[in-house]
Amino acid sequence: MKSSASRLSLWLLLTPFLLWIVLLVLVPHIQMLRVSFQVRESWDTLAWGLEQYQNFFTESYYWRTFVRTGVMSLFTTFLTLLVAFPIAWYIAKMARGRSKGVLFLACLIPFWASELVRTYGWMILLRESGLFSSWLQALGWADGPVEMLYNDVAVIIGLVYNGLLFMVVPLVTTLDGMDENLVEAGYDLGGGHATVLREVVVPWAMPGIVSGCIVVFMLTLGSYLTPVLMGGKDSAWFTEQIFTQFITRFNWEQGAALGVLLLVLSSVMVWLGLKLSGQSLRKVMG
Amino acid sequence: MIRSVPRSRLFDGLYLAYLVAFFVYLALPLLVTAAFAFNDSPFPSLPWQGFTLDWYLADGSEGRTGLFHDDGLINALWVSAKIAFWVTLGSVALGCVNAVLFERLQFRGKEFLYLLMLLPLVIPGVILGVSILVFYSGTANEVSRLWGIELDIFRPGMTLVVMGQVTFITTLATLVIGARLRKFDPQLEEAALNLGATPLVAWFTVTLPWLLPSIFGAAAMAFLMSFENFNTTVMLTGSDTPLTVALFNRLREGSTPVLNAVALFLMVVSGLLAMLALRQNRGEQ
Repeated sequence: MKSSASRLSLWLLLTPFLLWIVLLVLVPHIQMLRVSFQVRESWDTLAWGLEQYQNFFTESYYWRTFVRTGVMSLFTTFLTLLVAFPIAWYIAKMARGRSKGVLFLACLIPFWASELVRTYGWMILLRESGLFSSWLQALGWADGPVEMLYNDVAVIIGLVYNGLLFMVVPLVTTLDGMDENLVEAGYDLGGGHATVLREVVVPWAMPGIVSGCIVVFMLTLGSYLTPVLMGGKDSAWFTEQIFTQFITRFNWEQGAALGVLLLVLSSVMVWLGLKLSGQSLRKVMG
Repeated sequence: MIRSVPRSRLFDGLYLAYLVAFFVYLALPLLVTAAFAFNDSPFPSLPWQGFTLDWYLADGSEGRTGLFHDDGLINALWVSAKIAFWVTLGSVALGCVNAVLFERLQFRGKEFLYLLMLLPLVIPGVILGVSILVFYSGTANEVSRLWGIELDIFRPGMTLVVMGQVTFITTLATLVIGARLRKFDPQLEEAALNLGATPLVAWFTVTLPWLLPSIFGAAAMAFLMSFENFNTTVMLTGSDTPLTVALFNRLREGSTPVLNAVALFLMVVSGLLAMLALRQNRGEQ
Protein backbone atom coordinates (compact mmCIF):
# COMPACT_ATOMS: atom_id res chain seq x y z
CA MET A 1 0.00 0.00 0.00
CA LYS A 2 2.69 2.43 1.04
CA SER A 3 4.89 1.58 -1.89
CA SER A 4 2.09 2.19 -4.39
CA ALA A 5 1.35 5.54 -2.73
CA SER A 6 4.97 6.64 -2.92
CA ARG A 7 5.13 5.39 -6.50
CA LEU A 8 2.09 7.51 -7.30
CA SER A 9 3.64 10.61 -5.74
CA LEU A 10 6.88 9.98 -7.61
CA TRP A 11 5.02 9.89 -10.92
CA LEU A 12 2.93 12.92 -9.99
CA LEU A 13 6.13 14.91 -9.45
CA LEU A 14 8.05 13.35 -12.30
CA THR A 15 5.42 14.06 -14.97
CA PRO A 16 5.66 17.89 -14.98
CA PHE A 17 9.44 17.64 -14.98
CA LEU A 18 9.46 15.21 -17.91
CA LEU A 19 6.91 17.27 -19.87
CA TRP A 20 9.05 20.37 -19.40
CA ILE A 21 12.39 18.82 -20.27
CA VAL A 22 11.09 16.69 -23.17
CA LEU A 23 8.71 19.15 -24.81
CA LEU A 24 10.73 22.33 -24.34
CA VAL A 25 14.34 21.15 -24.41
CA LEU A 26 14.96 17.68 -25.86
CA VAL A 27 12.43 17.41 -28.71
CA PRO A 28 13.01 20.95 -30.07
CA HIS A 29 16.76 20.40 -30.11
CA ILE A 30 16.46 17.02 -31.83
CA GLN A 31 14.18 18.62 -34.41
CA MET A 32 16.70 21.43 -34.94
CA LEU A 33 19.39 18.81 -35.52
CA ARG A 34 17.12 16.98 -37.99
CA VAL A 35 16.23 20.12 -39.92
CA SER A 36 19.91 21.02 -40.21
CA PHE A 37 20.44 17.84 -42.28
CA GLN A 38 17.52 18.48 -44.61
CA VAL A 39 18.04 19.89 -48.05
CA ARG A 40 15.12 21.63 -49.69
CA GLU A 41 14.87 20.48 -53.30
CA SER A 42 11.66 22.27 -54.16
CA TRP A 43 9.00 23.94 -52.08
CA ASP A 44 7.53 20.64 -50.82
CA THR A 45 10.20 17.98 -51.27
CA LEU A 46 13.04 17.39 -48.88
CA ALA A 47 16.10 15.18 -49.03
CA TRP A 48 18.81 14.37 -46.50
CA GLY A 49 22.17 15.95 -47.04
CA LEU A 50 25.07 17.90 -45.68
CA GLU A 51 24.60 20.96 -47.88
CA GLN A 52 24.18 23.40 -44.98
CA TYR A 53 27.36 22.20 -43.31
CA GLN A 54 29.23 22.33 -46.61
CA ASN A 55 28.10 25.94 -46.99
CA PHE A 56 29.53 26.68 -43.58
CA PHE A 57 32.97 25.36 -44.47
CA THR A 58 33.16 26.65 -48.03
CA GLU A 59 31.91 30.16 -47.41
CA SER A 60 34.67 31.80 -45.45
CA TYR A 61 32.31 34.43 -44.09
CA TYR A 62 30.56 31.81 -41.95
CA TRP A 63 33.50 30.02 -40.43
CA ARG A 64 35.55 33.18 -40.00
CA THR A 65 32.77 34.72 -37.97
CA PHE A 66 32.48 31.45 -36.05
CA VAL A 67 36.18 31.39 -35.15
CA ARG A 68 36.18 35.11 -34.41
CA THR A 69 33.19 34.78 -32.08
CA GLY A 70 34.81 31.87 -30.26
CA VAL A 71 38.19 33.57 -29.86
CA MET A 72 36.71 36.89 -28.78
CA SER A 73 34.46 35.13 -26.27
CA LEU A 74 37.47 33.34 -24.78
CA PHE A 75 39.40 36.59 -24.59
CA THR A 76 36.43 38.38 -23.00
CA THR A 77 36.07 35.60 -20.42
CA PHE A 78 39.75 35.80 -19.53
CA LEU A 79 39.62 39.59 -19.28
CA THR A 80 36.51 39.42 -17.10
CA LEU A 81 38.31 37.04 -14.74
CA LEU A 82 41.31 39.40 -14.53
CA VAL A 83 39.10 42.42 -13.85
CA ALA A 84 36.86 40.63 -11.36
CA PHE A 85 39.45 38.76 -9.29
CA PRO A 86 40.96 41.70 -7.36
CA ILE A 87 37.45 43.02 -6.68
CA ALA A 88 36.25 39.64 -5.42
CA TRP A 89 39.41 39.32 -3.28
CA TYR A 90 38.81 42.71 -1.73
CA ILE A 91 35.16 41.98 -0.99
CA ALA A 92 35.82 38.49 0.39
CA LYS A 93 39.05 39.03 2.28
CA MET A 94 39.80 42.71 2.96
CA ALA A 95 36.48 44.50 3.41
CA ARG A 96 34.97 44.19 6.87
CA GLY A 97 31.48 44.44 8.31
CA ARG A 98 29.09 46.81 6.61
CA SER A 99 31.35 47.84 3.76
CA LYS A 100 31.57 44.20 2.67
CA GLY A 101 27.81 43.94 2.12
CA VAL A 102 27.61 47.37 0.55
CA LEU A 103 30.39 46.67 -1.94
CA PHE A 104 28.86 43.33 -2.85
CA LEU A 105 25.48 44.98 -3.46
CA ALA A 106 27.16 47.70 -5.51
CA CYS A 107 28.46 44.98 -7.81
CA LEU A 108 24.90 43.77 -8.35
CA ILE A 109 23.32 47.15 -9.11
CA PRO A 110 24.09 47.30 -12.87
CA PHE A 111 22.22 44.06 -13.33
CA TRP A 112 18.99 45.59 -12.23
CA ALA A 113 19.04 47.03 -15.74
CA SER A 114 18.64 44.80 -18.75
CA GLU A 115 21.38 44.14 -21.28
CA LEU A 116 19.70 46.52 -23.70
CA VAL A 117 19.77 49.38 -21.19
CA ARG A 118 23.40 48.71 -20.30
CA THR A 119 24.41 48.64 -23.95
CA TYR A 120 22.47 51.83 -24.58
CA GLY A 121 24.36 53.48 -21.72
CA TRP A 122 27.68 52.58 -23.33
CA MET A 123 26.48 53.89 -26.69
CA ILE A 124 25.68 57.26 -25.14
CA LEU A 125 29.16 57.36 -23.62
CA LEU A 126 31.24 56.17 -26.54
CA ARG A 127 29.66 57.42 -29.75
CA GLU A 128 30.75 60.39 -31.79
CA SER A 129 28.27 62.76 -30.17
CA GLY A 130 28.77 61.00 -26.87
CA LEU A 131 30.06 62.08 -23.50
CA PHE A 132 33.66 60.90 -23.77
CA SER A 133 34.00 62.66 -27.09
CA SER A 134 32.58 65.89 -25.63
CA TRP A 135 34.82 65.67 -22.57
CA LEU A 136 37.92 65.10 -24.69
CA GLN A 137 37.07 68.15 -26.75
CA ALA A 138 36.33 70.26 -23.67
CA LEU A 139 39.70 69.30 -22.22
CA GLY A 140 41.36 70.22 -25.49
CA TRP A 141 42.72 66.72 -26.07
CA ALA A 142 40.80 66.30 -29.32
CA ASP A 143 40.06 68.76 -32.09
CA GLY A 144 36.86 67.26 -33.40
CA PRO A 145 34.34 64.59 -32.40
CA VAL A 146 35.96 61.22 -31.70
CA GLU A 147 34.15 58.03 -32.65
CA MET A 148 34.83 55.34 -30.06
CA LEU A 149 31.86 53.14 -30.82
CA TYR A 150 31.57 50.54 -33.62
CA ASN A 151 34.85 48.71 -33.14
CA ASP A 152 36.05 45.58 -31.40
CA VAL A 153 37.37 47.37 -28.33
CA ALA A 154 33.94 48.86 -27.70
CA VAL A 155 32.35 45.41 -28.10
CA ILE A 156 34.76 43.90 -25.58
CA ILE A 157 34.20 46.73 -23.08
CA GLY A 158 30.48 46.07 -23.32
CA LEU A 159 30.82 42.29 -23.10
CA VAL A 160 33.11 42.41 -20.05
CA TYR A 161 30.63 44.78 -18.43
CA ASN A 162 27.81 42.30 -19.05
CA GLY A 163 29.75 39.37 -17.66
CA LEU A 164 31.20 40.91 -14.48
CA LEU A 165 28.40 40.01 -12.09
CA PHE A 166 28.50 36.36 -13.10
CA MET A 167 32.22 36.29 -12.37
CA VAL A 168 32.26 38.32 -9.13
CA VAL A 169 29.52 36.37 -7.34
CA PRO A 170 30.99 32.84 -7.59
CA LEU A 171 34.49 34.18 -6.87
CA VAL A 172 33.37 35.97 -3.71
CA THR A 173 31.46 32.87 -2.61
CA THR A 174 34.45 30.54 -2.91
CA LEU A 175 37.05 33.02 -1.62
CA ASP A 176 34.84 33.74 1.38
CA GLY A 177 35.20 30.15 2.49
CA MET A 178 39.00 30.18 2.31
CA ASP A 179 40.85 30.02 5.59
CA GLU A 180 43.20 33.01 5.79
CA ASN A 181 45.71 30.90 7.71
CA LEU A 182 46.38 29.05 4.47
CA VAL A 183 47.64 32.25 2.89
CA GLU A 184 49.70 33.15 5.92
CA ALA A 185 51.18 29.67 6.01
CA GLY A 186 52.15 30.08 2.37
CA TYR A 187 54.09 33.24 3.18
CA ASP A 188 55.58 31.75 6.35
CA LEU A 189 56.93 28.88 4.31
CA GLY A 190 58.81 31.38 2.20
CA GLY A 191 56.49 31.82 -0.80
CA GLY A 192 56.34 35.13 -2.65
CA HIS A 193 53.16 36.81 -3.89
CA ALA A 194 53.16 34.89 -7.16
CA THR A 195 53.81 31.52 -5.54
CA VAL A 196 51.11 31.95 -2.91
CA LEU A 197 48.63 33.07 -5.55
CA ARG A 198 49.47 30.15 -7.81
CA GLU A 199 49.79 27.41 -5.20
CA VAL A 200 47.26 28.40 -2.57
CA VAL A 201 44.67 30.95 -3.70
CA VAL A 202 43.95 29.84 -7.26
CA PRO A 203 43.56 26.12 -6.44
CA TRP A 204 41.20 27.01 -3.63
CA ALA A 205 39.14 29.35 -5.80
CA MET A 206 39.03 26.91 -8.73
CA PRO A 207 35.35 25.92 -8.44
CA GLY A 208 34.40 29.60 -8.44
CA ILE A 209 36.75 30.42 -11.30
CA VAL A 210 35.40 27.57 -13.42
CA SER A 211 31.76 28.33 -12.74
CA GLY A 212 32.28 32.04 -13.40
CA CYS A 213 34.21 31.37 -16.60
CA ILE A 214 31.63 28.92 -17.92
CA VAL A 215 28.71 31.26 -17.34
CA VAL A 216 30.53 34.30 -18.74
CA PHE A 217 31.72 32.36 -21.79
CA MET A 218 28.21 31.06 -22.47
CA LEU A 219 26.68 34.50 -22.09
CA THR A 220 29.30 36.12 -24.30
CA LEU A 221 29.11 33.50 -27.01
CA GLY A 222 25.33 33.75 -27.10
CA SER A 223 25.07 37.50 -26.78
CA TYR A 224 23.42 39.41 -29.55
CA LEU A 225 22.63 42.97 -28.49
CA THR A 226 26.10 44.10 -27.47
CA PRO A 227 27.99 43.01 -30.63
CA VAL A 228 25.19 44.14 -32.93
CA LEU A 229 24.72 47.57 -31.40
CA MET A 230 28.33 48.35 -30.45
CA GLY A 231 30.22 46.48 -33.16
CA GLY A 232 31.35 47.90 -36.48
CA LYS A 233 30.64 46.76 -40.01
CA ASP A 234 33.24 44.01 -39.98
CA SER A 235 32.78 42.84 -36.41
CA ALA A 236 30.02 40.32 -37.08
CA TRP A 237 28.92 37.95 -34.33
CA PHE A 238 27.78 34.39 -34.96
CA THR A 239 24.37 34.81 -33.32
CA GLU A 240 23.75 37.62 -35.79
CA GLN A 241 24.11 35.17 -38.68
CA ILE A 242 21.69 32.72 -37.09
CA PHE A 243 19.26 35.56 -36.67
CA THR A 244 19.70 36.64 -40.28
CA GLN A 245 19.03 33.13 -41.61
CA PHE A 246 15.86 32.74 -39.58
CA ILE A 247 14.29 36.16 -39.60
CA THR A 248 15.53 37.87 -42.77
CA ARG A 249 16.16 35.02 -45.21
CA PHE A 250 13.69 32.43 -43.93
CA ASN A 251 16.36 29.80 -44.56
CA TRP A 252 15.59 27.63 -41.57
CA GLU A 253 17.76 24.74 -42.71
CA GLN A 254 20.89 26.90 -42.85
CA GLY A 255 19.93 28.66 -39.63
CA ALA A 256 19.42 25.33 -37.85
CA ALA A 257 22.84 24.12 -39.02
CA LEU A 258 24.49 27.28 -37.71
CA GLY A 259 22.57 26.88 -34.45
CA VAL A 260 23.81 23.30 -34.08
CA LEU A 261 27.38 24.46 -34.69
CA LEU A 262 27.10 27.16 -32.02
CA LEU A 263 25.64 24.64 -29.60
CA VAL A 264 28.47 22.19 -30.33
CA LEU A 265 31.08 24.90 -29.80
CA SER A 266 29.61 25.98 -26.46
CA SER A 267 29.16 22.38 -25.24
CA VAL A 268 32.72 21.45 -26.19
CA MET A 269 34.12 24.50 -24.42
CA VAL A 270 32.08 23.86 -21.27
CA TRP A 271 33.15 20.21 -21.29
CA LEU A 272 36.80 21.12 -21.83
CA GLY A 273 36.67 23.67 -19.03
CA LEU A 274 35.24 21.08 -16.64
CA LYS A 275 37.73 18.38 -17.69
CA LEU A 276 40.81 20.61 -17.53
CA SER A 277 39.93 21.85 -14.07
CA GLY A 278 38.65 18.52 -12.77
CA GLN A 279 35.23 19.92 -11.82
CA SER A 280 31.76 18.52 -12.41
CA LEU A 281 28.75 20.37 -13.78
CA ARG A 282 26.74 19.52 -10.70
CA LYS A 283 29.32 20.99 -8.35
CA VAL A 284 29.83 24.09 -10.47
CA MET A 285 26.19 24.90 -11.28
CA GLY A 286 24.06 23.20 -8.64
CA MET B 1 42.47 42.05 6.27
CA ILE B 2 45.26 39.54 6.28
CA ARG B 3 47.67 41.36 8.55
CA SER B 4 50.81 39.32 8.30
CA VAL B 5 50.94 39.56 4.51
CA PRO B 6 53.62 42.03 3.47
CA ARG B 7 52.24 44.95 1.42
CA SER B 8 53.70 48.26 0.42
CA ARG B 9 51.98 51.61 0.63
CA LEU B 10 52.20 52.01 -3.14
CA PHE B 11 50.43 48.71 -3.64
CA ASP B 12 47.64 49.77 -1.27
CA GLY B 13 47.20 53.03 -3.13
CA LEU B 14 47.04 51.32 -6.50
CA TYR B 15 44.57 48.77 -5.20
CA LEU B 16 42.31 51.48 -3.87
CA ALA B 17 42.51 53.40 -7.15
CA TYR B 18 41.59 50.23 -9.00
CA LEU B 19 38.55 49.69 -6.78
CA VAL B 20 37.34 53.24 -7.38
CA ALA B 21 37.90 52.94 -11.12
CA PHE B 22 35.99 49.66 -11.13
CA PHE B 23 32.93 51.08 -9.47
CA VAL B 24 32.97 54.15 -11.71
CA TYR B 25 33.07 51.77 -14.71
CA LEU B 26 30.12 49.91 -13.21
CA ALA B 27 27.98 52.95 -12.49
CA LEU B 28 28.77 55.36 -15.30
CA PRO B 29 26.62 53.95 -18.14
CA LEU B 30 23.58 53.73 -15.91
CA LEU B 31 23.99 57.19 -14.37
CA VAL B 32 24.40 58.72 -17.79
CA THR B 33 21.34 56.93 -19.17
CA ALA B 34 19.28 58.08 -16.21
CA ALA B 35 20.49 61.69 -16.38
CA PHE B 36 19.65 62.18 -20.05
CA ALA B 37 16.05 61.13 -19.45
CA PHE B 38 15.64 64.66 -18.05
CA ASN B 39 17.67 66.68 -20.55
CA ASP B 40 15.63 69.30 -22.39
CA SER B 41 17.05 68.45 -25.82
CA PRO B 42 15.83 66.14 -28.60
CA PHE B 43 19.07 64.12 -28.50
CA PRO B 44 20.51 62.24 -25.53
CA SER B 45 23.89 63.98 -25.66
CA LEU B 46 25.70 67.01 -24.29
CA PRO B 47 25.34 69.96 -23.88
CA TRP B 48 22.93 69.98 -20.96
CA GLN B 49 19.91 72.09 -21.89
CA GLY B 50 18.11 72.11 -18.58
CA PHE B 51 15.75 69.87 -16.69
CA THR B 52 12.48 68.65 -18.17
CA LEU B 53 9.89 65.96 -17.60
CA ASP B 54 8.78 66.09 -21.25
CA TRP B 55 10.19 62.65 -22.02
CA TYR B 56 7.71 61.20 -19.59
CA LEU B 57 4.76 63.55 -19.76
CA ALA B 58 4.66 65.39 -23.13
CA ASP B 59 1.47 64.52 -25.01
CA GLY B 60 2.75 65.05 -28.55
CA SER B 61 1.25 68.53 -29.04
CA GLU B 62 4.66 70.26 -29.24
CA GLY B 63 6.42 67.65 -31.33
CA ARG B 64 7.47 65.64 -28.31
CA THR B 65 5.82 62.44 -27.19
CA GLY B 66 6.67 61.31 -23.68
CA LEU B 67 6.70 57.71 -22.51
CA PHE B 68 3.25 57.86 -20.91
CA HIS B 69 1.65 59.06 -24.15
CA ASP B 70 3.60 56.77 -26.46
CA ASP B 71 1.04 54.09 -27.38
CA GLY B 72 3.62 51.82 -29.00
CA LEU B 73 5.80 51.66 -25.90
CA ILE B 74 2.92 51.45 -23.44
CA ASN B 75 1.47 48.61 -25.45
CA ALA B 76 4.84 46.84 -25.51
CA LEU B 77 5.15 47.34 -21.74
CA TRP B 78 1.78 45.69 -21.30
CA VAL B 79 2.74 42.75 -23.54
CA SER B 80 5.96 42.28 -21.54
CA ALA B 81 4.04 42.34 -18.26
CA LYS B 82 1.59 39.71 -19.50
CA ILE B 83 4.42 37.47 -20.70
CA ALA B 84 6.32 37.91 -17.44
CA PHE B 85 3.20 37.04 -15.44
CA TRP B 86 2.67 33.71 -17.21
CA VAL B 87 6.38 32.90 -17.18
CA THR B 88 6.56 33.56 -13.44
CA LEU B 89 3.53 31.41 -12.77
CA GLY B 90 4.73 28.54 -14.95
CA SER B 91 8.38 28.47 -13.94
CA VAL B 92 7.79 28.88 -10.20
CA ALA B 93 5.16 26.10 -10.19
CA LEU B 94 7.51 23.82 -12.14
CA GLY B 95 10.41 24.90 -9.92
CA CYS B 96 8.51 23.87 -6.76
CA VAL B 97 7.67 20.45 -8.17
CA ASN B 98 11.23 19.91 -9.41
CA ALA B 99 12.72 20.99 -6.08
CA VAL B 100 10.62 18.44 -4.17
CA LEU B 101 11.43 15.81 -6.78
CA PHE B 102 15.19 16.25 -6.51
CA GLU B 103 15.54 17.09 -2.81
CA ARG B 104 13.06 14.72 -1.20
CA LEU B 105 12.64 11.63 -3.36
CA GLN B 106 15.02 8.82 -4.18
CA PHE B 107 14.67 7.07 -7.50
CA ARG B 108 16.76 5.44 -10.17
CA GLY B 109 18.45 7.73 -12.68
CA LYS B 110 18.12 10.78 -10.40
CA GLU B 111 21.67 11.96 -11.03
CA PHE B 112 21.12 11.85 -14.79
CA LEU B 113 17.80 13.69 -14.61
CA TYR B 114 19.40 16.34 -12.42
CA LEU B 115 21.98 16.97 -15.12
CA LEU B 116 19.16 17.21 -17.67
CA MET B 117 17.51 19.77 -15.39
CA LEU B 118 20.69 21.90 -15.45
CA LEU B 119 20.95 21.66 -19.24
CA PRO B 120 19.03 24.85 -20.16
CA LEU B 121 21.66 26.87 -18.27
CA VAL B 122 24.44 25.82 -20.63
CA ILE B 123 22.48 26.35 -23.86
CA PRO B 124 22.76 29.86 -25.33
CA GLY B 125 19.44 31.73 -25.20
CA VAL B 126 19.37 32.25 -28.95
CA ILE B 127 19.53 28.48 -29.51
CA LEU B 128 16.71 27.84 -27.03
CA GLY B 129 14.58 30.27 -29.02
CA VAL B 130 15.59 28.88 -32.40
CA SER B 131 14.95 25.25 -31.48
CA ILE B 132 11.48 25.99 -30.13
CA LEU B 133 10.71 28.05 -33.22
CA VAL B 134 11.86 25.26 -35.53
CA PHE B 135 9.90 22.56 -33.75
CA TYR B 136 6.60 24.25 -32.93
CA SER B 137 6.31 26.66 -35.80
CA GLY B 138 7.57 23.97 -38.19
CA THR B 139 4.96 21.55 -36.87
CA ALA B 140 2.26 24.16 -37.30
CA ASN B 141 3.34 24.65 -40.92
CA GLU B 142 3.29 20.90 -41.60
CA VAL B 143 -0.13 20.43 -40.02
CA SER B 144 -1.47 23.31 -42.04
CA ARG B 145 -0.01 21.92 -45.26
CA LEU B 146 -1.13 18.32 -44.74
CA TRP B 147 -4.54 18.70 -43.12
CA GLY B 148 -5.38 22.36 -43.49
CA ILE B 149 -5.68 22.83 -39.71
CA GLU B 150 -4.27 26.11 -38.42
CA LEU B 151 -2.44 25.78 -35.09
CA ASP B 152 -2.09 29.50 -34.51
CA ILE B 153 -0.83 29.19 -30.94
CA PHE B 154 2.35 27.58 -32.26
CA ARG B 155 3.05 30.46 -34.63
CA PRO B 156 5.51 33.07 -33.38
CA GLY B 157 3.71 35.05 -30.72
CA MET B 158 3.09 35.30 -27.02
CA THR B 159 2.60 31.59 -26.37
CA LEU B 160 5.93 30.67 -27.92
CA VAL B 161 7.71 33.49 -26.07
CA VAL B 162 6.30 32.23 -22.77
CA MET B 163 7.37 28.68 -23.61
CA GLY B 164 10.87 29.76 -24.59
CA GLN B 165 11.39 31.76 -21.41
CA VAL B 166 9.93 29.08 -19.13
CA THR B 167 12.53 26.68 -20.54
CA PHE B 168 15.48 28.28 -18.77
CA ILE B 169 13.81 30.27 -15.99
CA THR B 170 12.41 26.99 -14.58
CA THR B 171 15.97 25.76 -14.00
CA LEU B 172 16.82 28.91 -12.03
CA ALA B 173 13.62 28.68 -9.99
CA THR B 174 14.36 25.02 -9.23
CA LEU B 175 17.84 25.90 -7.96
CA VAL B 176 16.56 28.74 -5.74
CA ILE B 177 13.69 26.76 -4.20
CA GLY B 178 15.77 23.56 -3.98
CA ALA B 179 18.48 25.34 -1.98
CA ARG B 180 15.90 26.34 0.62
CA LEU B 181 14.26 22.91 0.72
CA ARG B 182 17.67 21.32 1.39
CA LYS B 183 17.82 23.21 4.71
CA PHE B 184 14.39 21.96 5.77
CA ASP B 185 14.31 19.49 8.62
CA PRO B 186 12.15 16.53 7.47
CA GLN B 187 11.43 15.73 11.12
CA LEU B 188 9.09 18.71 11.23
CA GLU B 189 6.99 17.11 8.55
CA GLU B 190 7.15 13.73 10.30
CA ALA B 191 5.96 15.39 13.50
CA ALA B 192 2.95 16.76 11.65
CA LEU B 193 2.23 13.30 10.26
CA ASN B 194 2.55 11.74 13.74
CA LEU B 195 0.13 14.32 15.08
CA GLY B 196 -2.44 13.04 12.64
CA ALA B 197 -2.06 15.28 9.60
CA THR B 198 -2.49 13.76 6.17
CA PRO B 199 0.56 14.18 3.90
CA LEU B 200 -1.27 16.88 1.94
CA VAL B 201 -2.15 18.84 5.08
CA ALA B 202 1.42 18.45 6.37
CA TRP B 203 2.75 19.80 3.09
CA PHE B 204 0.49 22.86 3.11
CA THR B 205 0.87 23.69 6.82
CA VAL B 206 4.54 22.85 7.45
CA THR B 207 6.66 22.54 4.31
CA LEU B 208 5.09 25.18 2.10
CA PRO B 209 5.31 28.00 4.70
CA TRP B 210 9.00 27.14 5.11
CA LEU B 211 9.50 27.41 1.35
CA LEU B 212 7.50 30.62 0.96
CA PRO B 213 10.42 33.12 1.16
CA SER B 214 12.30 31.26 -1.56
CA ILE B 215 9.15 31.03 -3.67
CA PHE B 216 8.74 34.82 -3.47
CA GLY B 217 12.42 35.25 -4.27
CA ALA B 218 12.18 32.92 -7.24
CA ALA B 219 9.04 34.70 -8.46
CA ALA B 220 10.71 38.13 -8.33
CA MET B 221 13.73 36.76 -10.15
CA ALA B 222 11.59 35.01 -12.77
CA PHE B 223 9.59 38.18 -13.43
CA LEU B 224 12.77 40.24 -13.84
CA MET B 225 14.50 37.73 -16.09
CA SER B 226 11.43 37.40 -18.27
CA PHE B 227 10.92 41.15 -18.51
CA GLU B 228 14.52 41.76 -19.51
CA ASN B 229 15.08 38.80 -21.78
CA PHE B 230 15.93 39.59 -25.37
CA ASN B 231 17.83 36.71 -26.97
CA THR B 232 15.18 34.02 -26.65
CA THR B 233 12.28 36.41 -27.04
CA VAL B 234 13.40 38.01 -30.28
CA MET B 235 13.33 34.64 -32.08
CA LEU B 236 9.81 33.80 -30.96
CA THR B 237 7.95 37.07 -30.94
CA GLY B 238 5.11 37.76 -33.35
CA SER B 239 3.25 40.96 -34.11
CA ASP B 240 2.73 41.96 -30.46
CA THR B 241 6.28 42.94 -29.56
CA PRO B 242 7.41 42.96 -25.94
CA LEU B 243 9.25 45.97 -24.55
CA THR B 244 12.86 44.88 -25.05
CA VAL B 245 12.23 44.08 -28.71
CA ALA B 246 10.30 47.32 -29.25
CA LEU B 247 13.15 49.29 -27.63
CA PHE B 248 15.69 47.52 -29.81
CA ASN B 249 13.75 48.43 -32.95
CA ARG B 250 13.52 52.07 -31.82
CA LEU B 251 17.21 52.13 -31.02
CA ARG B 252 18.07 51.00 -34.53
CA GLU B 253 16.11 53.94 -35.93
CA GLY B 254 18.08 56.34 -33.75
CA SER B 255 18.08 57.24 -30.10
CA THR B 256 15.79 59.75 -28.43
CA PRO B 257 15.51 60.71 -24.76
CA VAL B 258 12.26 58.71 -24.63
CA LEU B 259 14.46 55.60 -24.70
CA ASN B 260 16.34 56.99 -21.68
CA ALA B 261 13.02 57.57 -19.96
CA VAL B 262 12.01 53.94 -20.54
CA ALA B 263 15.44 52.74 -19.44
CA LEU B 264 15.25 54.68 -16.16
CA PHE B 265 11.71 53.45 -15.60
CA LEU B 266 12.90 49.86 -16.07
CA MET B 267 15.85 50.37 -13.73
CA VAL B 268 13.59 51.72 -10.99
CA VAL B 269 11.07 48.90 -11.36
CA SER B 270 13.71 46.17 -11.36
CA GLY B 271 15.52 47.88 -8.50
CA LEU B 272 12.34 47.77 -6.44
CA LEU B 273 11.74 44.12 -7.34
CA ALA B 274 15.33 43.20 -6.48
CA MET B 275 15.02 45.00 -3.15
CA LEU B 276 11.83 43.08 -2.42
CA ALA B 277 13.53 39.78 -3.20
CA LEU B 278 16.51 40.78 -1.06
CA ARG B 279 14.29 41.68 1.87
CA GLN B 280 12.60 38.28 1.60
CA ASN B 281 16.02 36.71 1.64
CA ARG B 282 17.00 38.63 4.74
CA GLY B 283 13.77 37.64 6.48
CA GLU B 284 14.64 34.04 5.90
CA GLN B 285 17.95 34.22 7.75
